Parts: sequence; C-alpha cells; structure tokens
Amino acid sequence: MSKTVKIRKGLDIKLKGEAEKVINAIDLTNNFAIKPTDFHGVMPKMVVKPGDKVSAGDVIFFNKYQEEIKFCSPVSGEISEIVRGAKRRILEVRITADTELKYTSLGAKDPNSMSSDDVKSHLLSSGLWPFVKMRPLDVIANPNDQPKAIFVSAFDSSPLAPDYDFILHGEKENFQTGLDVIKHLTSGKVHLTLNNSASPDEVFKSATGVQINHINGMHPAGNVGTQIHHIDPINKGEIVWTLNAIDVAIIGKVFKTGRFDMTRVIAIAGSEVKAPKYYKTIIGAQVSPFLKNNLETGDVRVISGNVLTGDKIEEDGKLGFYSNQITVIPEGNNPRFSFTEGWMEPGFKKFSVSRSYFSWLMPNKKHVIDTNSNGEERAFVVTGEMEKVFPFDIYPMHLTKACMYNDLDEMENLGIYEVAPEDFALCEFVCTSKINVQSVIREGLDEVQREIM
Amino acid sequence: MKSIEKLMRKFEPDHDGKWAKMHPVWDGFYTILFTPPLTTQKGAHIRDGVDLKRTMMMVIVALIPCLLFGMYNTGHWHYVATGDAPAYGAYFDMFGAKLWFGILKVLPIVIVSYGVGLGVEFFFAVKDQHSVAEGFLVSGMLIPLIVPADVPLWMLAVAVIFAVVIGKEVFGGTGMNIVNVALTARAFLFFGYPTKMSGNDVWMSGIANVENRPDGVSGATALGDLANTVSLSSENRTAKESILSLKEKITDMPDLASMFQTKIEGLEKVIAENEAVISQKVAAVPSMMDSLMGMIPGSIGETSVIAIGLGALILLGTGIGSWRLMFSFLLGGLVMAFTLNATAINPFMGLDPIHQLVLGGFAFGAVFMITDPVTAAQTNTGKYIYGFLAGLFAILVRVLNPAFPEGVMMAILFFNILAPLIDHYVIQANVKRRLKRLKTKTA
Repeated sequence: MSKTVKIRKGLDIKLKGEAEKVINAIDLTNNFAIKPTDFHGVMPKMVVKPGDKVSAGDVIFFNKYQEEIKFCSPVSGEISEIVRGAKRRILEVRITADTELKYTSLGAKDPNSMSSDDVKSHLLSSGLWPFVKMRPLDVIANPNDQPKAIFVSAFDSSPLAPDYDFILHGEKENFQTGLDVIKHLTSGKVHLTLNNSASPDEVFKSATGVQINHINGMHPAGNVGTQIHHIDPINKGEIVWTLNAIDVAIIGKVFKTGRFDMTRVIAIAGSEVKAPKYYKTIIGAQVSPFLKNNLETGDVRVISGNVLTGDKIEEDGKLGFYSNQITVIPEGNNPRFSFTEGWMEPGFKKFSVSRSYFSWLMPNKKHVIDTNSNGEERAFVVTGEMEKVFPFDIYPMHLTKACMYNDLDEMENLGIYEVAPEDFALCEFVCTSKINVQSVIREGLDEVQREIM
Repeated sequence: MKSIEKLMRKFEPDHDGKWAKMHPVWDGFYTILFTPPLTTQKGAHIRDGVDLKRTMMMVIVALIPCLLFGMYNTGHWHYVATGDAPAYGAYFDMFGAKLWFGILKVLPIVIVSYGVGLGVEFFFAVKDQHSVAEGFLVSGMLIPLIVPADVPLWMLAVAVIFAVVIGKEVFGGTGMNIVNVALTARAFLFFGYPTKMSGNDVWMSGIANVENRPDGVSGATALGDLANTVSLSSENRTAKESILSLKEKITDMPDLASMFQTKIEGLEKVIAENEAVISQKVAAVPSMMDSLMGMIPGSIGETSVIAIGLGALILLGTGIGSWRLMFSFLLGGLVMAFTLNATAINPFMGLDPIHQLVLGGFAFGAVFMITDPVTAAQTNTGKYIYGFLAGLFAILVRVLNPAFPEGVMMAILFFNILAPLIDHYVIQANVKRRLKRLKTKTA
C-alpha cells in the first residue's frame, strides 16, 4: 500500500557551497560535549561530575521528568567541565576524550529474535532512545506511548542538506537492522518515504518490513512532518514517532556491534567554507578541525544543522546530537545603505520569494545569503505568502497567531498536533514582517504540552 | 556611505539621555537610509530579502503612472473649464501649461497628505515608544489620488488625521486596522463635507470660479451625469403611466375629454423635455476610448485605466498585489454590470458593462484598494469570495442608489468590515475537515 505524494507548495533556496561528495577523514580534537539544550523539554539530572572517567556508552545524565530516558557519552574519557548558563541551566557537559576509545559492552543483539519489550528496554538503557522523537510536540518520544505509526524520511530537502543516499551508501545492513529495531516499537506501520524526484540509493529501495512511500516536490518535501500530513495525518489523541534515516543506521550499528559507536558522516557546507566536503566524525565533536584554514575571511556564523533550523555555535563549538551537517554563512551584522544594498536597490543579488528584487530573473543562481534579517520586525501585514511555502492543509498564519495569543482551543482546531517548528522554517524565512515563527510555534507546543498532554 | 552612517550615528539619541523618547523618530529616519545591522537570533538563520519597506515601495512605484497622469489630467480639465482648451480631441495641446498647472495643484496635496499622516505616525511612535511602521507610505500616496484636485488642503489634513487616528492607530497601528486607511480618509471627506466633495463644482480644477462655463461643460463626471438620468427616467415612467390612465378616462368620460387632453399634452411635453435632457446627458458620457485612456474628469488618479493597468502589472509582476483579489473584484463587477444591463430601465443601467467598469473609481479600486492585504480577507478562498462580493456591490451601489454617483468606496469599506467574517467561515470549513477526518477514523 505504498503511497506517492506530490506537493506543489514549497521552496528550494539555492545556496552556494554545497558539499562535494567526498568523505574526508580528519583528526578530531579530544574535546567533546553533550548539550542538554539539543533535547527540548529535557531537564538533565547529572549522573557524573567533573573528573569522573567514563567509557563510550556510559550514562552522563537522564531526564529528571522521565528517568528511563538516558543520555550517554559518545566517547570514553574524563568529564572535564559542566558549563552552566543563566539560572544554572546546564548548557554543555564537556568530555576530554581518550586517544583510544573504550566502549561499555552492550552486547550484540539481533532485533528479529527479540521481543518488543526487550527492544524498547535495550534502546532505553543503551542511550539510543533520544533518537526517537514524537509528534505532536516534536520532543523525545515518551516510551509509554503507543504510536500509531513510525515515520522515517529517506532524504533531507533543506538548503545545502547532506545527501543521505551518499552517506548511507554501503550501510545497508546497519540501516536494515535499525528498521528491524524500530519495527518493534509500533503496532502500526513503519513508513519510509523516498524522494521521487531523484533516484534513491539501494539502501532505501531494498528496505524490507516497511511501507515505502514516495514524495515529489520542493522543500519541505523531505521534512517528516510534510510526509506524515500527506500519508497518515495525526488526529487529536494520536501519536506518531519519527526518526532520522541516518540515526536509524546508527541504531542498527549499535545493535549489531554491541558498542555505543556514535560515528557519523556530516557535510561541511555553506558559502564561507572554502572546500565544502563530507567528513567522518563523532556526535558531540568539536567542529574546529573542519573549519580550520577552511573558511573565507570575515565574520561568519557557524550553524550545527542547516540554515533554516540549525543552532548557532561558535567556531570551536560542538556538533549537535541530531546534526548531520555544519553550515557556515556570513554574518550580516553591518548596516547597509538602502540605495546600494538595502530596500531601495534593484536587487540583482538579493534573494527573495516575492519578485520585488530583480534576482527573480535568475532563478537558477546560487545565492550567498547572510544572517541579516533584512528588516525590522513588524505586525503581520502581507497575507498569502506563508501559504505558498507550506504544503499542509493548515492555515499557517492563523495557527501562528493562535500560538501568539495562547488560545489552546484554536491551536487544536487549526492543527497544532500535526506541526513541528521545523515545518514553519520556510514560513519564517519568507515572512515580510520578520516574525520568529518557529519560536512562536515552539512556545505554542510547550503550552499544549503543559495544558493538554 | 560610512560618512553618512557616522553622521546619522552622531544624532542618535541616548537610550537613557534627555532625548531618549525621540529614539523611534531617529530610528525611523535611520532605517530609511540603512538596513539596520540586525541579525537573526532565533529560528531560521537566513531571511528573505523582502521587508515591509520594500513591499510598500513597490506599491508606490506602481502608483507613479497614476500620479503623473493625474497631474496632467488635472491641468487639462482646468483649461477645459476656463474655456482655453477643448474637452475632447486635442488632449495634448498646451502640454506644458497643463502639466505645470497639474503639478502646482497636485504636489501640495501629496505633501500635505504625507506630512500630516507621517506626523501623526511619528507622534504615536514616540507616544507608545514603538518603531514607525511603513503602512502610511502607501496610504499617503493613495489619498491624493482618490480626492478631487480642488479639495481644500485643510480639509484634506483633517481627513488624514481622522483616518490615521481613528482608522488605524486606535486599533494598534499598521497591520491591525479593520478598514482601509485611504478610503477612511475619502469617506470622511465625502460625509463630512458633501457639498465640497460632490456635485458639479469639484471635478474640474478651478471650475467653481468660472462664471460662464463653456458650452457642453457642466462640470459633472460621467457617473454624475448618468446618475441624473435615473430620476428623469423614473419621472418619465410615471408620466407615461398617467397618460395611459388619462386615456382610459377619456373613453370613460367623453364629456371631460378636452380637459384630460390638455393634461396629456402637458405630460407629453415634460416627457419630451426630460428625454432631451437624458439624451444630452448620455451624449456627454465620454467615449469608451477616452475613458480607457483616462482623459475624463474625476478624482486625481482614478481616471486612466491605462495608468492603473501599468500599476497592476507592477503589482502582479512583483507578486505583491494579490491576483485573486483583483480578478474576483473585476469578475464581481462584470457580473453585476451585465445583470443590470440585461434588466435596464434607465440609461445608467443600460450602460455597456465594460464601459461601466472603465468609468469612475472601479479600476483604481480593483488594483489598489481591494488588494490591501490588511483589510482584505486573508485566506485564499476568502479572497475570492471577498473580491467577488465587493465587486458585485460596488456596481450595485453605484447604479441603484439614489444618493451617491459612485459605489466603489462604499462597497470596499463595507466588505473590509465583513472580511473577518468571510475568513471565519473559510477557516471553520478547514476545522470541520480536520474533525471529520477524526470521526471517519473512529467510526
């Protein structure tokens, strides 16, 4: 019962600096970190303290509100520092890694010969559970829920996104094992959605035990939220779990090898990277080795993740838990004269969805876009622009407004259960009034979690 | 650029200094000259190049053809009124003089509109300590284009203040208003000073001071002339009915035949006189071509469909004006014009439907008024319904009401108020779809 979906709405932002399909190996520094801020809604309860020795796979902290969800160290070494921010919130747990990594033995497992409960408890105890996220709310899944389906997207359509076909090429067994693992988590189907506008790798095409769907269209076609909405939409009271395809392969690898091996291949991309390529690294690794002598001059912003949904990190910051890419774009922190490079210019270089700048004459041009917001925040004025990039049967502006004034009934009616902040990333990008739509939606979801769920 | 930046920074008021309250004013000017060095902090790291200033600027660019043509047209009709130029035929004679007169007449209106309106905006920005929003950049240009050239400047100033304060600021400023600001100003003028804003003395600049109007120049607009024929036509209809009943009476009472006969003759004379006036008025309606080009009297910027069409091309080309609204408004107008034409009982209803849309403010309303995103319906489906009904009512009000010769302003203001209701039902339909999905699932 495979489904083929075609979406007409959306937007592919063409940016300069796509990663060349070469995997480079590079020596990582021994600085690693696990960032509790990567896990929305998790209140970390520390298990270790500075000076403790840990092996890869040892628990670092767990969620205070849900103690069975554990977060483990990706490397072996010594806890060097716990960095705290305002109100003593834990921002980073820093680990100085050993040169030779030691792994806590988890034991190799075969998911096909395990019961569902065993799989679940193994995922929880081994620290793999944080890879499983849930809709609604877009937070780490609650292991006590019964999801009606699990969705995995086989591609990332966001700007400068890493090519999953390339990264997972040759990881067929790990990926299939991962799918066999997550099959146990639901009584419903596991949906794997492939990109119909390209030819997907064998890894995905030959996946078994899942329903393979196809989707056609521009970004956000690769967002799992879009796929859920068109394949099996979430109604009130229903829960769907989602995983990233690359994380599925990581889960498969851990099950097969019995080691908490958090190695992943990431793309270093963006207009400010001299030689954008793929690199092999470990979750939580310091990103400076990839960027050293590899950046253009000038102020840059380093993003763990893509330009639409990623997190800002420093040049010596650490790779986020879920990130498959590091993007580097110019900072736009200088004032621009409006007649030469502002709102009065003809705009051959300025990218805009509206055709009010002449750059629309060159639809295939790859742009360099900096972090300037290109204007100040205003009340909503322009209508209809969000709808053009939002392939849901949901009114994005009205839902955003409902979140702004915290009307739970209206949020529910307008479809808050089906969306995650990342689904609104393009709305935020196109918004003429420069409203931070993703944070508004996140606050709305938090409100829903507090009051309803 | 650096030096201008430096100069601007020199005047920046300290946030805790003596002039701290004036910071929004400085900010307003600074952001006109420079895109501020604001970077994204949350969410998407890159943002679209367009902002509200750019959006508003594109609308102003789209209004420029109307403004230029309006200036020239103002000059033209001034010289027609004074008898120095023929109304039709030699439109481009005395080009320099007409243009110069138009500039002298229209420029002060534009300056007063912007000066007063932005003054109010800055006042509220300082009072509430928020940044100056760009909404009035467009309203300030729309207002001069929808008033007659002879509007006294003080009236205009009062109307602008009313529109910005009552029409917009009381609701929270740009983006929050319920009715279109420019149309609020126009409605204020219309209802506040009806004698100055309608009739035969305002549409040709300076005509009020001309004692002996040239032959065939009454000073009325085409719609004014046509509206006049409505009452004359209905008078004729009653007269014809009385003649019929009188004729019956003649057969009933032959004794009084001569008395009835004189009455009939009297009525017939009235009918003939009325018919003469009607045909004179109908003949005075400018030809389709003249109306299309805009060489007709009317409000400053509303006359030329060609100039408005250029504006429409810019708005649609840049994607800033909603084609859904423009299209459905035109469609609504056409449907009503054809309906009235098919059931015509007077020359106004009988006017060619296309000609009906070309005259008056309909085209201007379709391109610049109905497309105001804040006051229009916000959902795509809602836009079709809103535009269609507003177009329908614009022509309905224009032709069938006895009091005003134009209905576009009324219809759009009316539907501005109904737009949230239309959206409400469109969104409820979406909500119901979602609930239904849940029900079919559980059933």
